[in-house]
Amino acid sequence: MVTLQINGNEHRLDIPEDMPLLWVLRDVVGLTGTKFGCGIAQCGACTVHIDGRPIRSCVIPAAGLADRTITTIEAIGETPSGRKVQQAWLDVEVIQCGYCQSGQIMSAAALLANNPNPSDADIDAAMSGNICRCGTYQRIRTAIKQAAQPG
Amino acid sequence: MGLKRMLNVARDDAGFASEGGASRRTFLKVSAAAGGGLLIGFYLPAVRAAPATAANAGAFAPNAFVLIGRDDTVTLIMPQVEMGQGTYTSMPMLIAEELEVDLGQIALEAAPPDDRRYANSLIGFQVTGGSSSVRAMWEPLRRAGAVARVMLISAAAQGWNVDPTSCRAEKGEVIHGPTGRKLRYGALADTAAALPVPDNVALKDAKAFKLIGTPAKRLDTPDKVNGKALFGIDVKIPGMKIATVAACPVFGGKLARVDDSTAIEIKGVRQVVRLDDAVAVVADHMWAAIQGLAALDIEWDEGPNAKVSSADIVRQMETALQKPGVVGRKDGDVAKAMAGAAMKVEAVYQVPFLAHATMEPMNCTVHVRQDGCDVWVGSQVVSRAQATAAEVTGLPLEQVQVFNHFLGGGFGRRLEVDFVTQAVRIAKQVDGPVKVVWTREEDIQHDIYRPYYYDRMTAGLDAQGLPIAWRHRVTGSSIEARWLPAAMKDGLDTDAVEGAAVELQYAIPNILVDYVRQEPPGLTTGWWRGVGPTHNIFMVESFIDELAAAAKKDPLEYRRALLAKSPRARTVLDLAAEKAGWGQPLPLGVGRGVSLQFAFGTYLSQVAEVAVSKDGEVLIQRVVCAVDCGIIVNPDTVKAQIEGGIILGLTAAQFGEITLKNGRVEQSNFNDYRALRINEAPTIEVHLVISAEAPGGIGEPGTVGIAPAVANAIFAATGKRIRKLPVKDQLRSA
Repeated sequence: MVTLQINGNEHRLDIPEDMPLLWVLRDVVGLTGTKFGCGIAQCGACTVHIDGRPIRSCVIPAAGLADRTITTIEAIGETPSGRKVQQAWLDVEVIQCGYCQSGQIMSAAALLANNPNPSDADIDAAMSGNICRCGTYQRIRTAIKQAAQPG
Repeated sequence: MGLKRMLNVARDDAGFASEGGASRRTFLKVSAAAGGGLLIGFYLPAVRAAPATAANAGAFAPNAFVLIGRDDTVTLIMPQVEMGQGTYTSMPMLIAEELEVDLGQIALEAAPPDDRRYANSLIGFQVTGGSSSVRAMWEPLRRAGAVARVMLISAAAQGWNVDPTSCRAEKGEVIHGPTGRKLRYGALADTAAALPVPDNVALKDAKAFKLIGTPAKRLDTPDKVNGKALFGIDVKIPGMKIATVAACPVFGGKLARVDDSTAIEIKGVRQVVRLDDAVAVVADHMWAAIQGLAALDIEWDEGPNAKVSSADIVRQMETALQKPGVVGRKDGDVAKAMAGAAMKVEAVYQVPFLAHATMEPMNCTVHVRQDGCDVWVGSQVVSRAQATAAEVTGLPLEQVQVFNHFLGGGFGRRLEVDFVTQAVRIAKQVDGPVKVVWTREEDIQHDIYRPYYYDRMTAGLDAQGLPIAWRHRVTGSSIEARWLPAAMKDGLDTDAVEGAAVELQYAIPNILVDYVRQEPPGLTTGWWRGVGPTHNIFMVESFIDELAAAAKKDPLEYRRALLAKSPRARTVLDLAAEKAGWGQPLPLGVGRGVSLQFAFGTYLSQVAEVAVSKDGEVLIQRVVCAVDCGIIVNPDTVKAQIEGGIILGLTAAQFGEITLKNGRVEQSNFNDYRALRINEAPTIEVHLVISAEAPGGIGEPGTVGIAPAVANAIFAATGKRIRKLPVKDQLRSA
C-alpha cells in the first residue's frame, strides 16, 4: 500500500511497485485529465507537477512518491500561475483538439511559477518536450507571454 | 477527396442509410431528455419532408436538428465531430446567426449514428472529413435556424393576436415591435411545435450577419484547460476492464501460437484474448495490460508479406509508372505540343508513406451483451463504427449504440474503423465493458498510411520559356477504391489527381494528367490531412518552380504570367508575396520559396523563408500565408487551422516517413517518427482575403502547400532541388 497526495487529497492505494504515476492517476484514481501519448517521455502529454516541478508521469513509478505533492491538470487552476495560464490559453484560443494541452498547460504553469518573465529561449527550453500535432506552438508562445504579464 | 464527384454520389446513393427504427428510438430519447419542446429538422434534397412536430418527429429525415426546451435551452445535435478544427463552434454559429440566439445559449450534443439524418451532403454519409463541414452545412444549418426563428415568431404573434411581420427575434426572445412585449423562446416552444413548417424561409443577406465573420470564442475549449473534456480514451464505465493489444507485426499475418502462462500470473491481468491476427491482454489497468502483453510468448505466422521492404514497393511503383494511365484531365494535344517545344523539362517526384500519429492513440470501449452492444469512441465516421459493431456481433443496427467523444486529433486516421472492429472482436470474448487502448508503438505500426506516390512531370516550354505542354502522371494506391468506391470515375481515383487536374490554375494550352493505380503489398493506405492535394501540390508547385528556373525567370513572376484567367489565385499569390517581402535581399544561405494551390474550394499561397546551414541543417524561419476561402465563418478558427495545418505539413516535409523492412514498419514512437517541436516551429503569418464567394474548406489547405514552399526555398538558398520527401538529411552531404 502507498499513500499519495494528489491535488490536496490523500489516496491510499494498492498498486504494483513499478506502476507509472500516469496509469495510477488515470486507471486507479480516475483522474483522466492527464493524458497518455507515448509512454516513453517523448511527448509530454502526461506532464504533472511533483513538488511544483513538471514531470512526465508515464515513466515515474508512483510507489516512490509517498511524501511528495502531486498536482494534476484538474487542480492546476488553484495555483496562481496555473490560473493565469488557463486564462491565457482561452484568451489566445490556443487549443485545437486539446489532447496535448493538459501537458502543455502543466509545463507552462511550472515555467511561469519559477520564471515570471520567460524569454523565447526559456519558453523553447521549457516547452520543447511537449508535442502538439495540431500545431498550436505559435499560440502557446503568445499565451505564455500574455500569462507572464503582471495583473 | 473528389468532393465534386461525391456530391453526385450523395444524391444518387442512399446505400449507407440506416433503417428508421434506430433513428426514431434515438431521436425520441434525445427529445425526452431535453424535456420536450420545439424540434426543427431540415432536409437533404433527396429526403422527403415531414411536418415538424414533436409527436411525429420520428418520421422526420433531417440530417441534424435544433431542440428548444421549455427551459430556453437551445440544443444542437452535432452531426460533425470535433477534432480540433472548431466545428463545435462554427456549426453552432451558423444556426445561431439565423435563430437569433447568443452562442453561449447553445448546448451541444454529439449526433448518434444515422446516415439518413446526418449525412454530409458533400460525401454522402455521416462523415467529418475532406474539409467539408462548413461547405456541407453552410446552407442547411442556417436554414434550420431560420425555420425555427420564423416558427417561434409565428407562435408569439398568434398568442398576441398580432401580425408576425410586426415581431422580430432577438437574443432568444420574440419581441412585438409596437408594444415592446417579449416572450422567451422556451415559453413559445410548445406552441411553435404545433405549427406547420414553412416551406420557404428567407436567409439573411451576408451584410446582415452579426455572428458569421466574427472571431467567436470556441465553445469546446473551457473544458480542455482543466482536464474535464472527455476524449474516447477517458471513458469510464462501471466494471470496465482495460486491454492493450498486439496485432501481427506483419500486415496480413496470423497468430500461430501464444503462451500466456507468465502473463496471466501478473497482478491485475485478468484474461488473454486471442484473435486470428492479434492478442489482447485484459486487465484492471493499462499498466498490467502492458506488462502482460510484454510477458506473452507469441509466435506469428507472418504470411505472404514477411519479406516486403520499402525498396520493393518503390521498385514496383517505378515499373507501374510506365503503364498506361486513366485520364484525369486532357486539354489540347500534349504529344504534339511537346514535339514542337523549344525546351523540355522532366523530373520524377516521390512522397513517402506517412502515419497520422494523432496525440490520442487509437482506442475504443465496447460492451457486448446478448441483447446489444455499446461503443464509446472518438470517430470521424460514427455510422461506420456502428455498422462494423453490428457486423462483428451479428446484432441488428438498432441494437448497437455509439457514443461519440472528442477526438484527440483525426488527420484522417479516425475516418477508419479498423480499431473499432478489433475492439468489438475483443469485447465479444470479455464479460463486461472493456476499453481497448493501443500503445503508441501499436498506433504507429498499425496505422492506415498515407499512400506513397511516385509521379513523373514533363513540360515543354516555348521560346520565351513559358509552358505550352504539361504532362503529369500520378502513380499510387487508390484510397477511394477501398473507402468510397462510388466516388471512382471510370477507374479514376479522383482523390489521387485532386489538385493536379481540373484544379490546376495555370493557363497552359496542352495538359495531360493521368493516374496509374499501384497497390503496395504489406500495408493499407488511407486519408491523411490534405489528402490528394497534399501530394499533388508538392509535385505541381515544385515542378513549376523548376520550369521558372529553366526559363531563368523569377518563380513568382513566372506563376503570375500563367494566372491571367485566375484572379482569385493571383490575388492570394500577390498578397502572400507582398507580405513576405518577396524580392527583398536575404542573408547568404537563406531562401524564399512560394507555392500556390486551389483545393477544397479554397485558394491559398504560402511563402516560406528557410535557412540552410553550411552543414546542411534546415531551419524554417518564417511562413507567410494568404488565404481566400470565400465567406469566413470564424476568422480566428481559419487562422488557427492554417497555422496548425502548416506545422503538420512541415513535420511531414522535414521528417515524416514510414518505411518497411521484413514486412514490419520500422518506426515506432515519437523518438523515431519525429514531430516538429516548439523550438523548431517558424513564425506563421496568415492573411485573409475578404470575399463574398461561397465558403471553402479550411481544415486541410494549410498542410497542402507548405512542402513545396519549403522545397522551393531550399532551392533558392542552395540550388539543390528536393524531389523526394522528407527533406531529412538530404542536404547534409551537399
